[in-house]
Amino acid sequence: MSLDWQVVERYFPFLVGGAWLTLRLTVVTTALGTIIGLFAAIARLSRFKIFSWPAAAYVDFFRGTPLLAQIMLIHFGLPQLFGYKPNMVVDAIAALSINCGAYVTEIFRAGIQSIERGQTEAALSLGMTPAQAMRYVILPQAFRRVLPPLGNEFIAMLKDSSMVSIISMEELLFRGMISAGRSFRPFPIWITVSLLYLAMTLPFTRLVSWMEIKLKREHRPEGR
Amino acid sequence: MRKAVALLLAVGLLLALAGCAQKAEQPAPAPAPAAQQPPPEPERPVVKVGTEAAYPPFEWVDEKTGELKGFDMDLIRAIAEEAGFKADIRNMAWDGLIPALLAKEIDIIISGMTITDERALAVTFSDPYFKSGQVIMSHKDAGIKGPDDLAGKNVSVQVNTTGQYAMEKLNEKFKGEGKKLVNIKKFKSTPDAINEVKVGGAVACVIDLPVAAEHMKANPGDPFVIGEPINVEYLGMAMRKEDTELHAKVNRALAALKASGKYDELYAQYFGK
Repeated sequence: MSLDWQVVERYFPFLVGGAWLTLRLTVVTTALGTIIGLFAAIARLSRFKIFSWPAAAYVDFFRGTPLLAQIMLIHFGLPQLFGYKPNMVVDAIAALSINCGAYVTEIFRAGIQSIERGQTEAALSLGMTPAQAMRYVILPQAFRRVLPPLGNEFIAMLKDSSMVSIISMEELLFRGMISAGRSFRPFPIWITVSLLYLAMTLPFTRLVSWMEIKLKREHRPEGR
Repeated sequence: MRKAVALLLAVGLLLALAGCAQKAEQPAPAPAPAAQQPPPEPERPVVKVGTEAAYPPFEWVDEKTGELKGFDMDLIRAIAEEAGFKADIRNMAWDGLIPALLAKEIDIIISGMTITDERALAVTFSDPYFKSGQVIMSHKDAGIKGPDDLAGKNVSVQVNTTGQYAMEKLNEKFKGEGKKLVNIKKFKSTPDAINEVKVGGAVACVIDLPVAAEHMKANPGDPFVIGEPINVEYLGMAMRKEDTELHAKVNRALAALKASGKYDELYAQYFGK
């Protein structure tokens, strides 16, 4: 079977356009997801059930159901329930961020809990309020520890963002489907799509490991 | 302790694997003595058929029995009967049908597929078995009278269907006229494209006439209006180019069904008249 690489040339700009949307979607949704996750994690660890229970329910629901079902629910379900017009960009970003936030909540919770209790006690004994202790003592240390899993979450989102193709968002994977279906040349198209994904994930994995090393060095004066 | 656990897990895994292997090796049930059986019927070859069963009345999955139903399904079963093979029908994603055919995962596609020049580059089509056309099914409040009213609007289609191609052609025309283009929203299935109109994400969808008619029959309360067909299309069964023998068999069987009146019977059952 002839592979006909010219097809790649023909569809390349179209696929790169899809990759650009994938990248933008991932950056926006992981940024929003990180913010959601940070607050949800603090809420989850709160002594007050009025904060911790909703946060736990949120994590349970969005980690315990398929992302695809969440996207369909947000795009097709909610507009039918409340009678408003859906916007696919808003729905895609909302679904991905909320889903990402649930995973990030667990990442931050683990990070915060991994900081020894003594740190909080020391901060409180210096006269800090619990909020100040969290903000100035616990979170900076926790953030360093959660960086690798956060990086993983970003890479996972980069791939999971392909799910929004179901509501007609033309990101990289969907454009791959369109091109392969149109040209009937699946191999050249899908290998190109895979390489484009790799071109996005590889620099990012390198960036995360570099940041990890850098943060470690800065905060370990004895390790000169 | 940890070693013991690891050992246990390993043993468990081995047993599970052995179980799988055994299942595969189980001998087929011994054939019954020949004397008790009627003379053996010549074994009919199995032909694998692919369809995307989300396109009533052509094909759908019966929600009670899980069976594949529809005009296409009955037609291909009748063709199989006539041509002397067994049809093993598989439900797949629309976009995976032609790749699956080319990869020999399936041998025939029957899925309300329009015969187009573009597709005919990759596959060979049977003689047309149905005359169809694309229609604009729009929300009744959108005031869409014809294709020209779609300029600058959101229109939903199923990806890589003739509905999408019709809108792309329309956009070329609009470009020449300096009009606003149609924003074509592509969905992976036709029901999703219809839902998009229902929730208001698009003013209209472009689908096959019989499918639009069937939707209105099944959901008379939906606020849609169906326009006049915007083109004429013929549906065909797709096969690999090199499978000339199967191609000839299918065409002969289709002609025989048309001659015997069986085709008209099926047509009347699904489309009336």
